[in-house]
Amino acid sequence: MSEVVLKIENVSKQYRLGLVGTGTLGHDLKRWWYLVRGKDDPYLEISEVNDTEVKGGQYVNALAAINLEIKKGEVVGIIGENGAGKSTLLKLLSEVTNPTTGSIKVKGKIAALLEVGTGFHPELTGRENIFLNGAILGMNKKEIDSRIEEIIDFSGVAKYIDTPVKRYSSGMKVRLGFAVAAHLEPDILIVDEVLAVGDAEFQSKSIGKMKDVASEGRTVLFVSHNIVSIKSLCDRVIVLDKGEVVCRGGVDEAVSYYLNSAKESIAIPLCDREDRQGNGKIKITDCYFIDDAGMKSKELISGLSGKLILEYEKSGQLNPQDLFVGVNFFDENDIVQTVIANDELGVKFDEIDNKGFFTIEFEKLAFRAGRYHYSLFISEKLNNSAEHVKLDVIQNAGEFLVAQGDFWGVGNVNRPKGFIMDVKMY
Amino acid sequence: MGKWDKEITPKKSLFDLNINQIWKFRDLLFLFVWRDFVSVYKQTILGPLWFFIQPILTSITFTIIFGNFAQISTDGMPKIIFYMAGITMWNYFADCLNKTSNTFVVNQGLFGKVYFPRLIVPLSIIVTNLLKFGIQIILFIVFWTYFYVTTDTMQPNWYILIFPLLIIIMAALGLGFGMVISALTTKYRDLTFLIGFGVQLLMYGSPVIYPISTVPEKYQWIIKLNPMTSIIDTFKHAFMGTGSFDGYNLLYSGVFAICILMLGLVVFNKVEKSFIDTV
Repeated sequence: MSEVVLKIENVSKQYRLGLVGTGTLGHDLKRWWYLVRGKDDPYLEISEVNDTEVKGGQYVNALAAINLEIKKGEVVGIIGENGAGKSTLLKLLSEVTNPTTGSIKVKGKIAALLEVGTGFHPELTGRENIFLNGAILGMNKKEIDSRIEEIIDFSGVAKYIDTPVKRYSSGMKVRLGFAVAAHLEPDILIVDEVLAVGDAEFQSKSIGKMKDVASEGRTVLFVSHNIVSIKSLCDRVIVLDKGEVVCRGGVDEAVSYYLNSAKESIAIPLCDREDRQGNGKIKITDCYFIDDAGMKSKELISGLSGKLILEYEKSGQLNPQDLFVGVNFFDENDIVQTVIANDELGVKFDEIDNKGFFTIEFEKLAFRAGRYHYSLFISEKLNNSAEHVKLDVIQNAGEFLVAQGDFWGVGNVNRPKGFIMDVKMY
Repeated sequence: MGKWDKEITPKKSLFDLNINQIWKFRDLLFLFVWRDFVSVYKQTILGPLWFFIQPILTSITFTIIFGNFAQISTDGMPKIIFYMAGITMWNYFADCLNKTSNTFVVNQGLFGKVYFPRLIVPLSIIVTNLLKFGIQIILFIVFWTYFYVTTDTMQPNWYILIFPLLIIIMAALGLGFGMVISALTTKYRDLTFLIGFGVQLLMYGSPVIYPISTVPEKYQWIIKLNPMTSIIDTFKHAFMGTGSFDGYNLLYSGVFAICILMLGLVVFNKVEKSFIDTV
C-alpha cells in the first residue's frame, strides 16, 4: 500500500502573457522587422499590464514548482479557487501539454477524465461510439470487446444503443461517456468534476463507481469544487492556491483551511472591501444582525426574532422601483442554505435616499445551530427585461454563529445544522 | 522504489516519433479511418456511390470545358480517360493535403482533453483517402478496360509495376505538406485561406489537364519542379503510353517527398507539444 505511484517533482508550467497579439503572420513579420532594425518588440507592451503575480514580467506561472507524491490506492482530492492551477495540473498529468520544468513520474497506466464523451461522433451509434471513445482513451479493441456489455449496462441507455448519438439527450451522452471512462481500469484515475453533470441517481452511481475503483487498490485523483463529494470520497486533500500547494493533509484539516482562506476577507470591514463587483452606483457600507434585545450581534439563537440591516450609500441616479436586493446564506461547506430577495417577497422600494438602510426582519430565526456566512447582491433591472445590471456584489460579506434554541417554543432544543422548515405535524 | 513506467518532462528530442506509442494506438487509427469512411455517407441516399460520382462528374466537366471548348490537346487519348487519370491521381494528393493541413485546428477540442499520439490523426487521413483512392482507381480501370478493348489508343507498358511506388510518393507528399501546414496554421490562421487556393494553383502547374508536351520546352522545367508532375506523367505513361518516362524527374519527386515528410514530422512533433497553449 505504501508504494509511490505518482511522483511530481518541481513541476512548473509557465504561460506567456501577451500572446494574444501574436496571432497573425503580420505581427510576427513586424516584430522581426523591428528586431532587424534594433528596436524593441512593438507588441511587448501588451504583457506588461498583467503584472500582478508574475515573475520576470511577461510570463505567468500557472504552477510554480509543485512537489507531490501519491501512493498506491490513495484517493486524493485537489481543491482550490478558480485559477489556482488545478486544471493546469490535470493537463500536465494527462499529457495534453508539457511542463516547463520538472518531471512527472508515473507507475502504471494513467487515465484522465477531463471531460466525458470526448470525441463522440454524432452520426455514429452509441455502440460504435463506445469503441471510438474507448480507443481515444487508450483501450484497444479487445479490451473494449470484453467490456462492452458491462459498459452498456452501466450507462443505462441500452435501449438506444444502436441509435445515432445525435439523437441522444445531453444527459444520455454524459452517461454513455462516463460508462466508457469508468471501465477503463487504469492504475491511476484522474477525475475532473464530471460528477457535476447528470441527475442525482447517476451522480450517486458515479460516486459509487469511483469508490469501487479506489477499493480495488487503484489510485484516484479527484479535482472538484464540491466539498461534499470531496469529503465523502477522499482520504487526503491538497489545496492549491496561485499555482502552489498551500496545504496538504487530512480531509477535514485541508477543507477547513480552504474554506477559511476563502473567507479571510470577511474580517475586513465592508466599507473597505475592494473585491466587490458592480458599477457601484449604490454600495453596501455595513451589514449586521440586530438580536432580539436590539443589540448588534454576530451570535444568534434559533427561534428568536431579529433583523438583518444592510446600510448603503448611493452615488448615482437609479430608479428605486427597479432595485433588486438579495442575500445568499451558506453553511460551513459553502453550500447554499437559503436566499432572501425582495422580488420574491413582492417588495418594491419607493424611495432611496443617498444614505440609508434596507431591513430584513424575522420573527423566528430558522437557522439551526452552526456557522454561516452570506453574500450580498444588489442589481438594477433594466426596462423590465430579464437582464440585471450589477450595482454591488460582495462574496463572503459576513458571517455569524447560530446557537441551539427552541424554535417551536415547546421546550425542546433543536438539532444542529441546516434550516428549519415551518411545518405542522399531526 | 522500482522503475517508473512513464516520465513526463519538458524536453523531447527533435525526432521523438514514439513508434511504440503509435503501435499501441493502432486500433484507434483504424477506428478513425472507419469513422471517417462511414460517417461521410450517413444520411445520404446514394451512399458510397458518391465516391464514383465525384470523379466522373469532374472528368465530364473537364472534357467539356478544357477538351471541347478550349481544345487543349490530350495527346491523342480519349478525352474522358485522359482527364480521369489526372484527376484520380491529383485528388488523392490534394485530399491528403487538405485534410491533414487542419489537423490541429479541427481537433483542438479533442487534443485539449485527451492524450494519444497526435500523428494518428494525419495517418488515419492518409489511410482513409487511400481507400477512397482505391475505389476511384477501380472506376478508372473500368473505363480504361473499355477503351483498351474498343480502341487501340491504350498502350500499357511495364512501368505499371511502379504504380505502388507512385502512391507511396504521393502519400508522403500529401502527408508532409499537410503536416507542415497544419503546424503553421496553429499560429497563422491565414494559411487556411491560402491553402485551398494554393492547391488549385498547384494543379494547374501539373499535367492534370494538359500533357506536358504542350508546354513550350523552355518552360517545361518549371512544371517539372512541381513534385506531382512526374507522378501524374509516369502514371499516364504507364497505363496509356503517352509521353515518355522521365526517371530523373521521378527521382526528384521521391527525394522531395522524403525531405518534406521529414520536415513535416519534425515540425508536427514540435507543435504537438505546445500547440494547446498557443492555438
